This record gives sequence, structure tokens and C-alpha cells, in this order.
Amino acid sequence: MTPLAGYLLVAALVFAIGLAGALTRRNAILVLIGIELMLNAANLNLVAFWRYGPHPELLTGMMFAVFSIAVAAAEAAVGLGLVIAIYRHARTTDLDEINRMKG
Amino acid sequence: MSVVFWILAVITVLGGLTAVTLKNTVHCALALTVAFAGLALLFLELDAQFAGFAQILVYIGAVAILVVFAILLTRGSETPSEGVFSRTWFAGLLIAAAVFAVLAWAVVNSSAALPHETAAPTVNVQQIGHALMGRYVLPLEIVALLLTAAMLGAVIVAMHEKGEQK
Amino acid sequence: MQEAMQFTPYTVASWIGRMLWLIPALPIVAAGLIALLKQPKRKLASSLAIGSLLVSLLLALAAFGDVVAGWASGHAVRETVNFSWMHFGTTSVDLGWVLDPLSAVMLVMVTFVGLLIFIYSVGYMAHDENYTRFFCFLSLFAGAMLGVVISNSILLLFMCWELVGLTSYLLIGFWYQKPSAAAAAKKAFLTTRVGDIFFLLGIVWLFAQTGTLLFYNQGTGSMEPGALAGMLAAHAGLGLSAATAIGLLIFAGAVGKSGQLPLHVWLPDAMEGPTPVSALIHAATMVAAGVYLVARVYPLMSAGLQPGGTTTSLAVVTWVGAATAVFAALIAVAQNDIKRILAYSTVSQLGYMMAGLGLGGVAVGMFHLITHAFFKALLFMGAGSVIHGCHEEQDVRHMGGLRKWMPLTFATYAVGMLALCGVPIFFSGFWSKDAILESAHGWPSSQVPYFLLVFGAVLTAFYMTRQVSYVFFGQYRGHGHAHESPRVMTMPLAILAFFAMALGILGTPAWPWFRSFLGNRQANFELHAFAEPAWLMLLATSFIIVIVGIGLGWWLYGNKSPNAEEPDALEKAMPSVWRALSNRLYVDEFYGVTVIAFYYWWARVADWLDRRVWGGIVAAITRLFGLLARFDRFFDENWVNGGFDKGCEELAVGGGLLARVQSGRVQTYLRLLALAVVVLAAILIWSSRG
Repeated sequence: MTPLAGYLLVAALVFAIGLAGALTRRNAILVLIGIELMLNAANLNLVAFWRYGPHPELLTGMMFAVFSIAVAAAEAAVGLGLVIAIYRHARTTDLDEINRMKG
Repeated sequence: MSVVFWILAVITVLGGLTAVTLKNTVHCALALTVAFAGLALLFLELDAQFAGFAQILVYIGAVAILVVFAILLTRGSETPSEGVFSRTWFAGLLIAAAVFAVLAWAVVNSSAALPHETAAPTVNVQQIGHALMGRYVLPLEIVALLLTAAMLGAVIVAMHEKGEQK
Repeated sequence: MQEAMQFTPYTVASWIGRMLWLIPALPIVAAGLIALLKQPKRKLASSLAIGSLLVSLLLALAAFGDVVAGWASGHAVRETVNFSWMHFGTTSVDLGWVLDPLSAVMLVMVTFVGLLIFIYSVGYMAHDENYTRFFCFLSLFAGAMLGVVISNSILLLFMCWELVGLTSYLLIGFWYQKPSAAAAAKKAFLTTRVGDIFFLLGIVWLFAQTGTLLFYNQGTGSMEPGALAGMLAAHAGLGLSAATAIGLLIFAGAVGKSGQLPLHVWLPDAMEGPTPVSALIHAATMVAAGVYLVARVYPLMSAGLQPGGTTTSLAVVTWVGAATAVFAALIAVAQNDIKRILAYSTVSQLGYMMAGLGLGGVAVGMFHLITHAFFKALLFMGAGSVIHGCHEEQDVRHMGGLRKWMPLTFATYAVGMLALCGVPIFFSGFWSKDAILESAHGWPSSQVPYFLLVFGAVLTAFYMTRQVSYVFFGQYRGHGHAHESPRVMTMPLAILAFFAMALGILGTPAWPWFRSFLGNRQANFELHAFAEPAWLMLLATSFIIVIVGIGLGWWLYGNKSPNAEEPDALEKAMPSVWRALSNRLYVDEFYGVTVIAFYYWWARVADWLDRRVWGGIVAAITRLFGLLARFDRFFDENWVNGGFDKGCEELAVGGGLLARVQSGRVQTYLRLLALAVVVLAAILIWSSRG
């Protein structure tokens, strides 16, 4: 397989792993960890496509990835703050317990 | 497909796997850091030096620490009584596997699977600086605004509310 | 005997002929006006009543004059005014009135006697609090009776006949608070009803047979030769012709109204009404309506009459009349109530009138009707005066010697009594009764009626003498003082007394004006008629009757005044006969056991039928509906409501199930999102590949 395909597959794998973690772990922080993994996998995709795609001199892919990193950092801060706020209220981070939005 | 790529790929994947499967949450955070590092190295391998170093600085330096802080603040270091995985973990696993299957299928059947050779781009920081201030000045400003808002929001959300017991 | 001259019929209606309807209309209008008045307006009420009847009297005299004028100039007057009231396809219901000698004579009598009684009532009812109501009913009665008299349509006659019966009911039961009065009124109405049913049948048959309701209608009327011939020829079963059958049915109506033998029971009880009522209705006019009816339909009754023979109808009329005359006279002998004696006397005299019609024809019966009206009204009014003077005492055993305290009443009463007994020459009763006896004597079928009527005359004289001796002679056995009645009451008595004597002139054999007038013949003054041997024998017979009757009465009762507790002189002589007579020969009891008992049984059967059978059916249907309703409710509650409720419950359950998707857990939502993305991506990739 081509290098690009390899990178893409790796990214896909990391993405799937991150998704599995977000979907199966009880702890809310682990969900956030999974989300970070997913974001990173997406970044890898972007950079891989920049490296092996047309016009790498435009820096589009890498810039996208950089901005993504910045946004991911902000999002991680806010998300963890929310988790802490929920922990303060519900005394637990177990997502199976937090079902106040239950219909 | 160089050897470096394979090694780095394995490190990243393993790091990710460990991050989501360990019982101890702090160990998960540390494994995450390994995964971040692996990805940073992959960026370097892809000649995206700036992205790689930014990854190291931001993710490993800030996000991972933040995660550890959150774990410690929410007593996540204790082992939960009923197990770490949700009651219906299998459904989640299945869905994740389905996602991977689709993505892999897309990759394998796309033109990316076709051999295609390109020269390594030479990127220096000066070009990146020019690009940031030139083409990408709007996203830059917006990201700055976003970061400010996120900082303020995080502070407000995590702040102690009036009259609430500690 | 005069020759019957052929008169040219004269049917063009004169002014009075056309205005004849006013005569009954005025009193009826007066009655209507009085009904609208308030009770205290007594003077106005009696003025209206008397005024209207006075005008009617004047009009009646005008009508009478018109007919007399026509008769004197050689015409047989019969003026008719007919009109059609309703149409049913081709048939029409006709009404109308007729002015002929019969109706003219009756009109004058009814209005004149009626007027005198109205005036008398002013005094008699002066202390009664229902004065206005009395005059209202009296006026209504007068109008209805006059309607009967002038009617040319048998339907109009029947309508007025019923109205007369109604007013009789209202007046007999005038003092309705008394249970005996209310019962008597009901009895009168129901008994006459029995007769009226047969009358109605006769009317219907007559209409069916002749096709017309009118008596006289330019040759097509039911009393005219064409229709009569048709009815004679038609057969009605039982060997009778239609004419006979219809005649008998109509006579049945007269039997009820005029108190003939089987249906006489109401008349004595009708004495519960005030005395003016008894005088007017049950002596002079209403009871005479039956006789008048027979006179009106006499052509039908006498259809097919051969000289020297009689028809079946007339024979029945005669026998019923003769039997009634004797029957009632026997009962009158043993009565102690002053008005009851007179009531039975009326029944008896009505029998005489009917017998007179059957034996001698219209003129004979009608003459006795006219004379009887005057002297019977006189007797009743005199009795009223006596009752008034003895402070409402009615038992003759508590009266006596009243000729000293009530001389005028005594004098007039004596005139009436002598007229009723048929004392010869000076009293009209003699001439009219004599005519009947003469006809009876000459009846080809049988002499039995003659002997019955003679016996009845003896009894009449006897019981009248008994009554007069009890009331006016001997000692006064009552309490308090007796006093003479006021002028307003005694004046009419005097007038009637005069006529009770004077009317005789119209019926003597020497100048048979009445008979000729009614028979449309010329009347010649022939003095030698007095010398006829047949008539002289009759005169002798009458003398003997009177002497025997009055003598026997005086001998037994004379100036003696036995106490009320002592048995009557006749009772001492014949106790069992007396007991039977004073119990009115048990006719009422007989009816009670047969007719009334049957009626009660029938009413019980009907009640059972109504309650058990029809009521049961209704109850069953109700239960069925109840069941239906209960089933309906069950259906509604369980299946409709229940079904709907179940549906809603299932909906809620379904909703609950769907709500489970919203688990409230973030990871579930996340999983769903990822699944959706997978599906979308697969679709996109697949489509881009293909």
C-alpha cells in the first residue's frame, strides 16, 4: 500500500479506538480522552493529505492541523471544566448514573 | 513504507488502546500522553515540523496535564465499584468497529491506494509566519477570540457557585 | 167535522220569516253578555235576560201574526230559509228554519211563559248569591229551546236539543254544592243521553235514507211526500219499513227528553233545581220538546196512515204515552214533597200529550201541550211561592191552612189545579184533555188506552185534591210564620191563571180554531157541535171523573190536618200498595240492579283490561327499553369508552417505550450519532463508487 494509505489507515484505527473508548467507558474523563484521540486522528489525516496531496506549498493541511490543535486545547479546557462542575453536583463521574435528561 | 513509520504507528495505536482500556484513570492519561507523543513523531516523519512541535507543546504540555488535573479533582483515581466499562459496552465496540470498517473500506477503495510519489516539501517557519499573517489572518483572529471565550467559560463553569457547599 | 180545504202552499219568506233566527239568537247573545259580567251586577243581568226575551216575544208575536194572516187569507203558510253549512264532496250539511203554524204557536208559548218565569225569578232568586249565573243559564236555555222550535234541519234541531239538555244539567245542578243536586243533574243528563243516542241513530238513518237533513225544502225535504214514500217502501228488517224504524228511533229521543216510561227517572230528581227552573224547563218547555219533536216528524210517524187504522209508530207512541200517564199518576198519589207531586204529575201529563199525538194527531197533542204549559208553570210557580212563604219548607205534611196567609197564591193555585184536573167548561185543561179522550175513544186499534187515560184522569184529580188539602186547608203544621210572596212573584201567577182559563176557547168543538190552524183548514163557528151526542157523553164522563176524583180526595183528606208522623189516610187503608207507590214503584232500584250494576261490572272489566293487559304491554315495553338502555350503557362504557381508554393506554405505553430512547445518558446519544454517521458514510461511499 502507498504511504498515504498507510497513514490514513493508522488515523482510522486511532479514530476507531478513540470512538470505542468514548462509547464504552463509564468515566466522563475517559470519554474526553477518547474525543482527544479522535481529534488527533483527524489531525493526522489532515497532515497526511497535505504531505501526499497536490500543492503542499500552500500549507493548507498543516495550518488546518495547527488550528485544530488550538481549538482542541480550548475545547479540552472547557470540557474538563464541565466534567468538574458535574462532579460537584452529582458526586460522580459515572455516565451511567447521570441521566437527568432521561425522557 | 519505512520502518520508522511502522514503529511509530505501533506506538501510537498501542498508546491509544491502552488509554481506553486501563482501569486506573491516571494510567489512561499517561498512555494518552504516549499516544500524543507518537502522533507528534508521525507529524515530524511527515515533514510537518511545526505541527509536530505544536502538538508536543499543546497536547502533551497542556491537554494531558489538564486531563490529569481533572482526574485528580474528580477522584477518578479510585477504581469504580462496578467496573470501568459501561453495561452495554459491546454495542459501543460494535459501532466503533463499524466506523473503522467503513473508513478502511473507503481508504482501500479510494485513489489514495494507488501508488503516487511526491517530493518532500520544504517548509520553514518564515513561510508559516507569512501564511498566518496573510492568508490565515482571519482564522487566527477567530481562534484567538475562541481561546479567550473558552478560557472565560472554563473559569466560570468550574468556579465554585455562591452558597454551594464544598 | 170540517172539510179539509186545499190550501195553496205559500213558501216565499216574508220579512219575519227571514229574521226568524233572531228569536233564539237574542237570548243566546244575552247569555253570552251576562257571562262576561261580574257577580254583583244583578240588575243588569236580569234586565238583559228579560229584555232579550221580551224582544223575542215581540218577534214571535209578529211571526204568529204573519202566519195567522196567511191562514186567514186561505194560504197554508210554510216559510223556510235553508242554507248549506258545510260541503263534503257532493253532499252538503244543511241548516235552516221554518215558520209554519206549529212553530208559530210554539214560539209564542215558549217566549211568553218564559218571560213570565224570568220575571218571577227576579223575586224568587233575589236572596241567592249566584243570581247572575242563574240568568245567564236561563237565557241560554231560552235561546236553545227557541232554536229547537224553529229548526228546519234535523241536525240543527239535534244541536239545539243537546244545548237544551246541557242547560238543563247546569240549572238542575245550580246549587252544585248540594250532593243531591249534583247527582240529580248527572242523572238527568245521562238518562236523556240514552234517548239521544237512539235519536242520533234515527237522524243518521234518516239522512242516509232521504239524502237530506231538511224537513221542508221545496219538495225535497224529508217530511215531504217524495221522501216519505221512499222511506215507506224501504224495508228495515223485523217486518218494519224504514219509515217506522226511523220514527221509533226518533221517538226514543223524545222518550228520554219528555220523561216517558222507561226513561222518566230523571224528572222527579230534577226537582233539586230552583223552582223557576222546574217551572220553565220541567213543566212548560224542555220536556215539551220531546212532544214537539214527535209533532214535527209526525208526517214520518203517520206515513201510510189509512183512515180507520193506525201506523206502528203511532201505536207505539200511544201505548207508551198511556202507560206513562197511569204509571206516573199512581206514584204521584203517594208522594209528600210538593214539587215531587207536581213532577210526577208532569210525567203523567206528558204521557197524555204523547197519547194525544198518537191517537188524534198533531193538533190534539199540541193543544194539550200548550194548555199544560200554562197551568203547570202556574202550579210550579205557585209551589215556589208556597215554599218561599214557608221558609224553604217543601214537605206538604208541614204545611196547611195557607189559604188564609197566602190568598193570592191560593187563588191562582186553585185555578191551576182545577185546570189540571180537567174541570169542565171554564178551564182549558178540560178542553185539551177532552180532545185526547175523544180521540182515544175513537181509536180503531183498541179501547184500552181510553180506559187507561180515564183512570189516569181520576187519579190526577185525586192526588191534586190531596195536595191542595194538605197545603192550603186545615191547620198550619210548620214552624214560624207563613207569608205571601212579593208582587213580582204573584203577578206572573195571576197572568198565567188567566190564560189557564182563557185558552180553552181555542179548542172547543164549536170553534176548533187550534185544530184548524195547525191542520191548515178553515175554522167555522158551529154552535151545534155542542149538541152532538158523542161530545155530550164525553162531557158527562169528564164530570164523573172530576167528581169521583175530587170527592174521594176531599173525603180522605178534606179539612183534616194529620201530623207528619201519622201515616197517610190512604196508607192506613192499603199499606202495601202505599209502600210500593211511595217507593216510586221501585223503578230506580230496578235500574240500579240491572243497568247500573252491569255498567259497574263492565267498568271493572275495562279497568282490568286497561291496567293488566294494556298496562302490562306498556310495562313490558318499558322494561324492554330499560334493558336496551342498560345494554347500550354497557356497550358504551365497556366497548366504546373501554376501547378508547385501552387505546389511549397503549398509546401511553408506546410513548413510554419510545421515551426509553431518551435515556438521558450521553453515551447512548453518542452511539446513535456514530451509527448515523456510519450509515451516511456508507451510503455516500457506495453512491460515489457506483
